[in-house]
Amino acid sequence: MKLTVEQVRHVATLARLSLSSEEEERYATQLSAILDAVAQLQELDVSGVEPTSHATLASSLLREDVTRPSLPPEKALANAPAKVGTSFAVPKILE
Amino acid sequence: MQLTDLTLLELASKLASGETTSVEATRACLARIAQVDGKVKAFLRLDEHGALAAAEASDARRKNGNPLGPLDGVPVAVKDIFLTEGVETTCASRVLEGFVPPYDATAVRLLKEAGTPILGKLNQDEFAMGSSNESSAYGPCHNPWDVTRTPGGSSGGSAAALAAREVFGTLGTDTGGSIRQPAAFTNTVGIKPTYGRVSRYGVIAYASSLDAPGPMARTVGDVAALLQVLARHDPRDSTSAPADVPDYLADLEHGVAGLKLGVPREYFVEGMDPEVEASVREALKAYERLGATLVDVSLPHTKYALATYYLLAPAEASSNLARYDGVRYGRRAREVKGLRDMYGETRDQGFGPEVKRRIMLGTYALSAGYYDAYYLRAQKVRTLIREDFTKAFTQVDALVTPTSPVPAFKLGEKVNDPLSMYLMDVCTLPCNLAGLPGVSLPCGFTKAGLPIGLQLMGRPFDEAKLLRIARAFEREHDYVRRPAPI
Repeated sequence: MKLTVEQVRHVATLARLSLSSEEEERYATQLSAILDAVAQLQELDVSGVEPTSHATLASSLLREDVTRPSLPPEKALANAPAKVGTSFAVPKILE
Repeated sequence: MQLTDLTLLELASKLASGETTSVEATRACLARIAQVDGKVKAFLRLDEHGALAAAEASDARRKNGNPLGPLDGVPVAVKDIFLTEGVETTCASRVLEGFVPPYDATAVRLLKEAGTPILGKLNQDEFAMGSSNESSAYGPCHNPWDVTRTPGGSSGGSAAALAAREVFGTLGTDTGGSIRQPAAFTNTVGIKPTYGRVSRYGVIAYASSLDAPGPMARTVGDVAALLQVLARHDPRDSTSAPADVPDYLADLEHGVAGLKLGVPREYFVEGMDPEVEASVREALKAYERLGATLVDVSLPHTKYALATYYLLAPAEASSNLARYDGVRYGRRAREVKGLRDMYGETRDQGFGPEVKRRIMLGTYALSAGYYDAYYLRAQKVRTLIREDFTKAFTQVDALVTPTSPVPAFKLGEKVNDPLSMYLMDVCTLPCNLAGLPGVSLPCGFTKAGLPIGLQLMGRPFDEAKLLRIARAFEREHDYVRRPAPI
């Protein structure tokens, strides 16, 4: 399966990646080769087979629904590239 | 003999008897790192001050007769994927540069509670995506057996540091073979525990349904001792298993007499290095001599495991790595035109080519129109692969295979050929898809002196038996005692 540069650009937009045109070309070639290789899964009959999302767990384990201490705001924000008070700061969303 | 030539359990014994101290052992490791790490590049950063402070505290406890446990004072180091409170953690990525975690991963906390000084953070493939340690944003790690070759990946630094005798034990993570393949390439021992056996809390996520943290060391006994510290239920990880934890050292010397070992024919693949195959076949004969019965088994869906893995893991990665957007931690691109531009530029500047490739592949497999054909189908094939193992384990106690079809390859040899690189995981990743425990241990050398690894896979939560089987082989051979020529 040959992926076009336009398809790569669309996937990059979905993945929030700003790729250069050189990267778009390279990924179009490499992803096409990988998709060709994984196409062998199409030869299997999987009708009636349940999907496995986790190998060993019947279901996710849940904790008691009780409040407990969490990170204090100053620790949670300590790594933020930009902050205002106790909030993360980001560039303008609306012009 | 240098202090750093001791195994982890030998050092533990000398600490217990007072023949040496944790400060001496920690200083010996730091001296060895200063001597060889310029060539190996296993460490991304050292925490000399923290490790020595922990060693002093350990010695004080020993002096007062109240050590925290058998490993109190034994220096270790951890892959840079584990969060370490107050010590920069980057997962070998530029996108996390400057990130100083506010808490420890559970595995790190357990090591600290056992009294082990933590020397620093070890090199790896960026976000654990790779099989050669070459995708690290900080440069590749080198194999102490031949510095022109890869130590394997993604836990390449964890393996190389052990082989270079810089440290006594390390932590790695294994999503598709990232503990076992580097162990095989470096003449060390690594165990990928059953999924859920060791907590993933505080381990930077790559593919959440496959990631398994685990210990690496130079002998089977050393790995068993570390697993004893790490294996426990963690309420902070909803996928942590509330399973009983046996005494991993108790049955270690009980041998393999009477056990049935399966030899899956699909693992002796076309293109396999003849010297690797010969060593593994010799190991199988050794197990027969030791009283085990070899059983020919078939895992018919093995050939689909690679494709299944390289759809599921990138799909999960594309979701997990969405959090690196420059808002809460790590890198943020400057001079951007609004929020969307900041996301795109931050991620483009922060991620390396392999990470971008997997994010793109995963995003594609999950996107509208392709989800059923790729992602959902791969999940169904995963079921078939699991069922193969379940069936095999009705006949045998464990499976024995090569860990890698080839010995350590040259740095740069496969870096521009992703498909060829992905093939390096062909023997290890079915184990992750099925959530099973797997061990790699040394089983010989090529004529050129490169290590060869033997893989054992077992039933869920049957790590004790796998370690016992591994030890039976190790006891009869001197491979683990052979030092790397660094």
